[in-house]
Amino acid sequence: MNAQAIQAPTISTSNIDSRKLKNKAFRILVIVLSALTISPIALILGKLIVKGIRQINLDFFYQNAPNTLEAMTAISNGEIIPGGIANGITGTIFLVILASLMAIPIGIIIGIFLYENQEKRYANLIRNLSDILQGVPSIVLGLIAYLWVVKNITNGFSALAGSVALAIMMLPLIIRATEETMKMIPGTLKEAGLALGVPYYKVILRVLIPSGFSGLSTGILLSISRVLGETAPLMLTTLGSPVINWDVSAPTSAVPLLIWEFYNDPNMVDLIWSSSLFLMGFVLTLNIISKRISAKRKVI
Amino acid sequence: MKSDKITKYTLFIASLVILFVSGGMVFSLIGGSIPAFKEFGLQFIFSTEWNPTEDREAYGALPFITGTMFTSILALIICLPLAFATALFIAEYFKRSSLASILSSMVDLLAGIPSIVYGLWGFYTLRPLMIELGWSAQGYGILTSGIILAIMIIPYATSLSAEIISMVPNELKEAAYSLGATRMEVIFNVILPNARSGIIASFILAFGRALGETMAVTMLIGNANVIPKGISGVGNTMASVIANQFGEADGLKLSSLIAIGLLLFLITGIVNAIGKLIIKKLS
Repeated sequence: MNAQAIQAPTISTSNIDSRKLKNKAFRILVIVLSALTISPIALILGKLIVKGIRQINLDFFYQNAPNTLEAMTAISNGEIIPGGIANGITGTIFLVILASLMAIPIGIIIGIFLYENQEKRYANLIRNLSDILQGVPSIVLGLIAYLWVVKNITNGFSALAGSVALAIMMLPLIIRATEETMKMIPGTLKEAGLALGVPYYKVILRVLIPSGFSGLSTGILLSISRVLGETAPLMLTTLGSPVINWDVSAPTSAVPLLIWEFYNDPNMVDLIWSSSLFLMGFVLTLNIISKRISAKRKVI
Repeated sequence: MKSDKITKYTLFIASLVILFVSGGMVFSLIGGSIPAFKEFGLQFIFSTEWNPTEDREAYGALPFITGTMFTSILALIICLPLAFATALFIAEYFKRSSLASILSSMVDLLAGIPSIVYGLWGFYTLRPLMIELGWSAQGYGILTSGIILAIMIIPYATSLSAEIISMVPNELKEAAYSLGATRMEVIFNVILPNARSGIIASFILAFGRALGETMAVTMLIGNANVIPKGISGVGNTMASVIANQFGEADGLKLSSLIAIGLLLFLITGIVNAIGKLIIKKLS
């Protein structure tokens, strides 16, 4: 009995020590693992900057991608590869504009529809379907755009097909952002408009959309930055083009497609880093702008 | 009043777009894969053959299904401790501090890096490392793509887990602290049991992301149409085989690729639905 009573405290103090030790070790483990988690960012950005900055000059922005022969000659003469990615930059912008023209108006209208019919069964169905669409792998959307547009509408690889795939990717994000934003606008604003006898479409255009403007633009910018770097669906739909193209029914290039072409061509492999650096810069800028907008938004 | 009716109809008609897109998607995928299923029947799913030689064409999806599962499960296993630790960092250890907000925007940045850039980095940085470590002769394979996939899905698992962890009521934690629990014990005995289903859902959704990733995996998996032999073996996933073989495909081969797309669509759909269902039950 006595021996036990003496033993008990010693056990419990050593227990406390070990518990404290474990606690400390776990805290350190969490910090180390968190640092490990974000380390790829520094590694990737570092690699892109170190290897890519050499190729970035004025030509890079306004000349088309070189062909293999030009690249090979430059390499054998020890020069940097001539040319740029102008066909890719314009192509990406063109595709994003087309996709935005389709996805933004429809997405905002559907978002408002869901906000108006929150708990109705049909609205729930649409909401769930939109969630499912968001989870569909981008390569499957590429297949779909191929079957719908390349096969049946443009009868060949085209900018339109690529932008349809991108638009289907953007749509769920814009719908979600619109509905969430509308929910945050005080109902009194809408009611004030309606009480004045303003027709409902004017309430939407003059009250709801302007008061939710920052929320909407955040959602739109995020959805654009999400599709900017998409490669897989474009491989199946827009194919790529060596020249600048503004025709919706013709094959078009895009920055990620060019990266893929450079990667597969041993002579042009040096260009992947500058193109990736440019693409990353583009995506990150959009991300930061949208963060800025949403940080300012706290009012509504 | 008439204009209000028109407005209502316009809103309703726009919502039909979602119905048409999702219905049309299923319809087109099934329609496109009928020739493949007609030719091979259900055997298409269980066959390991992939032979585009004319007159002896035979296609089976099993190597790609296993490749997708292998890489995604491996990615999930690697992602688990990292994403969980990061979520704890953001939502518990440094909750509401500027350190946490820096970390969480860094994690968001990870989600913003395009798949093809991950692929390049994996090819030029990770692959040589794998060769040097002797884990893989060529540096390609399941392990290399699993690691890259893990990095790619960490943001999805982290942001949702962090949100769920931060929602655990303070009273519960304080009660445990007042009984003398250490922080680690609070995490494992209070936070985890309370946030369990939400955390599981966030990892299921991240897994769903991994299933459909294309470019990075295509560049790293080795593109061999075989069932991967172990963790350092080469293989092909459903997404990467579509990306790789689509360019030269027509007829039966095209239909087989669409059938693989249909299977991928179904698998990711089921996985995502399970994740979303768990989250819906929470709220």
